[in-house]
Amino acid sequence: MSAAEARGRAPGGPTLDLLLQVLLVANSFVMLFPILMMAVWGFKTTGEIFGKPFAPPDFANIANYVTVLTETNFFTYLGNSLFVTGTSILLILTLGTMAAYGIARYDFRGNVAVYLFFLAGLMVPLKLAIIPLFIQMRDLGLLDSRIGLIVVYTAMGLPSAVFIMTGFLRTLPKELEDAARIDGASDARIMLSVMLPLARPAMVIAAIHNAVPIWNDFFFPLVFVQTDARKTLPQGLTAFMGEYTTNWGVLFAGLTLSALPITLLYILLSRQFIQGMTSGALK
Amino acid sequence: MSADFEWPIGRRLWVAFLVVPPLAFTAAFVVLPILSAFVYAFYHWEGLKRVDFVGLRNFADVLFRDPWAATTWRAFGHNVIVFVSLMAVQNGVGFLLAYALSRQLPGHRFHRVAVFLPVILSSVIVALLWKQFLHPIFGLLNKTLGLVGFGTVTTPWLGLSETALWALIIVNAWHWVGFPTLVFLAGIQRIPPDIIEAARLDGVSEWQLVRRIIWPLVAPSATVTFILLFIGAFNWFELPYLMVGLEGSPYGTTDVLGLYFYRTAFGNQSSGTQDFGHGSALAVLMFLFVAVVSAVWTIRLRRREIEL
Repeated sequence: MSAAEARGRAPGGPTLDLLLQVLLVANSFVMLFPILMMAVWGFKTTGEIFGKPFAPPDFANIANYVTVLTETNFFTYLGNSLFVTGTSILLILTLGTMAAYGIARYDFRGNVAVYLFFLAGLMVPLKLAIIPLFIQMRDLGLLDSRIGLIVVYTAMGLPSAVFIMTGFLRTLPKELEDAARIDGASDARIMLSVMLPLARPAMVIAAIHNAVPIWNDFFFPLVFVQTDARKTLPQGLTAFMGEYTTNWGVLFAGLTLSALPITLLYILLSRQFIQGMTSGALK
Repeated sequence: MSADFEWPIGRRLWVAFLVVPPLAFTAAFVVLPILSAFVYAFYHWEGLKRVDFVGLRNFADVLFRDPWAATTWRAFGHNVIVFVSLMAVQNGVGFLLAYALSRQLPGHRFHRVAVFLPVILSSVIVALLWKQFLHPIFGLLNKTLGLVGFGTVTTPWLGLSETALWALIIVNAWHWVGFPTLVFLAGIQRIPPDIIEAARLDGVSEWQLVRRIIWPLVAPSATVTFILLFIGAFNWFELPYLMVGLEGSPYGTTDVLGLYFYRTAFGNQSSGTQDFGHGSALAVLMFLFVAVVSAVWTIRLRRREIEL
């Protein structure tokens, strides 16, 4: 009997199952209904939202969505977010994998100390170091720049990437390495051609674990970036909400469009997302 | 494994090449800023200039001297309320949902995806969305209440001193409840099925099973969930900042340490003064408080965990 069957035919009876089913359905409704209404109100005029909030909209009326895409800097913000998040993840994975590979596969002196050093970084909320970071960035000439954000995000993400990748790379069998070495492969060749292809699942987890908070971050751009053309999507959204305060239809269209990229990705990759985001919390 | 002093020079260089750049990067942009924050707190600042060494004065000010201390303790009190409420609502409901999902009822896959959907959205989207939805007249919440016959209880939720903080807490719970749910669910699914089966064969009631077997065995996931919530609740910033503003409106009833720290360090709209000295002192105190409590609490919680 599998675990699922054991639980599926759990006692507690049909009454309990019915109660739990009602709870799950009610909860999913509370979770999804606001998000659904956000998208629906994007198809309505402000007058319709105020007057008939629950009436089905005219889905052919995409005027609000067109307004967001043509009259605001939506695409600029989106491009900045893609550039900043993409580059940060690339750097986090590269540097994180290098360190993790060194820690996991070579028994050098100070190995444990290096690992603990990164582990300590996991415990530190970098937000609280925002004042020194602000001064450091100013001295490096990286205030009000996308590069400055990338540097901070890479630093923020490295410890967790090292932690996730080290845990995985330690599980790979030593025999693979030895066999490749006997065949005359160099250390670099073994790493790139033998070991890392096997570590792809862990890389996906490490990437998602960091990509979601970076994509969604509002705090660091708020402190570092002033120029509108360099703002990321969450930050740009606040600027644009200030402009259209009274035009609710456009507001909800803007919110919906901002939520769209990550929501679509989540629906496609929900298993990896859930694993990636909860991986810090599971031993 | 060979000790590294016997390694060829090439391999030693290779390992150094792997480990040194990530170490240097972390040292420069994580360790150095954190250590600097400690140093900065001992100085008096004028704008972006470090002026005089003032010892513990900044710390004494934010803890015991008005006008700083009054705001610090009021904000701290709100953080405590937020933490305790979220512990009950977010983690309580999270565990209940995880237990419900673990019973593999029809549609459980759909419900699992649904409960986690708000978690992947940014605080900015959640904050701005709910700010509109909580609008006193045209907001979705009051419209819905009116629709189901509760028109009399409609309130300007974010505008009243009695309800504003609770509104923020509920929105935060809506945003994050999927996180503890799925961490607990993973914990429940890792319990060996024969333990559950044996208990059921012994005729244990479902309540006893949850209370005496499932909950204690899920303790490791609970430890991490509690600590993460604790860190999150005391570093709370984005949601209140975007929904009630930097001053914690109305009348400071939603002011929390995160807002106060930001106002102190980077100034607010009304007075653009930057005070890096008192700001750093606040940051260091928040860091120490969270670090010490998390460490002590983790050790205590780990003791009651059962190794599977």
